[in-house]
Amino acid sequence: MPALRIEKLRKSYGALPVLKGIDLSVENGDVVAIIGRSGSGKSTMLRCINGLEPFQEGSIEVAGHRVEGSSSRLRELRKEVGMVFQGYNLFPHLNVADNITLAPRVVKGVPRAECDALVQQVLSRVGLEEKAGAYPDELSGGQQQRVAIARSLAMKPKVMLFDEVTSALDPELTGEVLKTIAELAEAGMTMVLVTHEMSFARRVATRTVFMHEGRVWEEGLSETFFSSPQTPELQSFIAPNLN
Amino acid sequence: MAYQMNFTPVLARAPELVEGTINTVFLSAQSIAIGVTIGLAIALIRVDGPKWAAAAGATYVEAFRNTPLLVQLFLIFFGLPYMGVRLSANTAAILAISLNLGAYSTEIFRAGLLAIPRTQIEAGLALGLSRLQVMRYVIIVPALRIIYPALTGQLTLTLLGSSMASAISATELTLAAAKIESQTFRSLETFLIAAAIYIALTFVFRAIYWLIGLWLFRRKAPPAPVLVPLLERQPEARI
Ligand SMILES: Nc1ncnc2c1ncn2[C@@H]1O[C@H](COP(=O)(O)OP(=O)(O)OP(=O)(O)O)[C@@H](O)[C@H]1O
Ligand SMILES: [Mg+2]
Repeated sequence: MPALRIEKLRKSYGALPVLKGIDLSVENGDVVAIIGRSGSGKSTMLRCINGLEPFQEGSIEVAGHRVEGSSSRLRELRKEVGMVFQGYNLFPHLNVADNITLAPRVVKGVPRAECDALVQQVLSRVGLEEKAGAYPDELSGGQQQRVAIARSLAMKPKVMLFDEVTSALDPELTGEVLKTIAELAEAGMTMVLVTHEMSFARRVATRTVFMHEGRVWEEGLSETFFSSPQTPELQSFIAPNLN
Repeated sequence: MAYQMNFTPVLARAPELVEGTINTVFLSAQSIAIGVTIGLAIALIRVDGPKWAAAAGATYVEAFRNTPLLVQLFLIFFGLPYMGVRLSANTAAILAISLNLGAYSTEIFRAGLLAIPRTQIEAGLALGLSRLQVMRYVIIVPALRIIYPALTGQLTLTLLGSSMASAISATELTLAAAKIESQTFRSLETFLIAAAIYIALTFVFRAIYWLIGLWLFRRKAPPAPVLVPLLERQPEARI
């Protein structure tokens, strides 16, 4: 059973159709990069996957859960599907350790005694072991984003969704975040990542998907996808990034 | 011929002033505790509750913000008995002042809740928290931080407004002062002393709000000198 299966997904905001029949399937351990122009529906699709955004037609199944039904069913799903946002969205009044352990404690009931170990474990995966006591506004953007990744990891998700997690960062800080994601990929995490970093997608993603006008326009194994794009739309989209 | 101030006859009634002060402290403290609880609850309902409940909350807020506290006191103390609810003057005072503060603080809390970016709520939901858990663990503290100066300002108004309870003869400082004044005829002296006590009370209450703020927002608030309560500071732009 695939980690994620999207079938005939349609979504519109009012009269504006945004997703016009998406089919996408992601196997366990796959890393799938989503690229596409601004407004093509990448974020919307990602947000449909964990139920943050309702959709009108089609079906989504992720980590063994169908995206439908009551908010308590959606919560079950979200326990196993992590999401990292462009703007980090750390909780400003909580320090790094509390940001990380909030959901495990209140959602999963992890006892406080196990929290220190959990914090150290996830922070070491993002290389920030010494920052447990720091507050978000004491960290650089790159560090905040790595903490946000650690916070997601603390729920031990089966699938992780990343929405342009480096777009808000200065170029010299994107590297450290991409390195963290590459290490997760190495460790076998199933991931769907919307990104503008073509070379990163090419290097780390097993498959890349080009979204255009609310559809999966073209997809393929990352090596061949970038070296021999089939559609003129993809060709013109990646042309400026090739040199 | 200048007026000769003479505080002696008023100071001779010090025990009554002390008792009145204590009563004002209790009346205000209870009204503040109840009023703030009402305000927070209705604000949560107005922001995230079912439509009918939000509408009921809005009606309550408008009713109490568009009528004078004095009339609310009269309605509750003199009016409710006709509906079979007879309250002592002190209970009626607590009820009226709590409901009045509840209405004003609803709007203050609501402004704070609405100021929290959607992205914070989504981050909480994406981690598997319920809406209620997001409110409780993610939103409330940053929201409170934003509106804390406005809220504590409102609480000071409530403390001072408690003097209106004297109109229904609830035991509190202004009533005690009025009684002393009517018996000593030392109006200026009596009410100067009462005013001085109110100033002292506001200082004490504000110091308490400041301490509560230090604890609530313990995420390294910069140290503030006690006499310039934190309430007067603008919250930092980012939350
Ligand atoms: N909450 C919303 N209400 C109405 N329209 C929306 C909303 N969110 C997104 N849209 C519209 O849906 C379309 C797709 O938006 P989406 O954010 O999914 O694009 P995207 O591919 O992620 O773009 P970007 O690369 O700029 O992030 C856009 O036309 C956008 O204006
Ligand atoms: Mg987007």
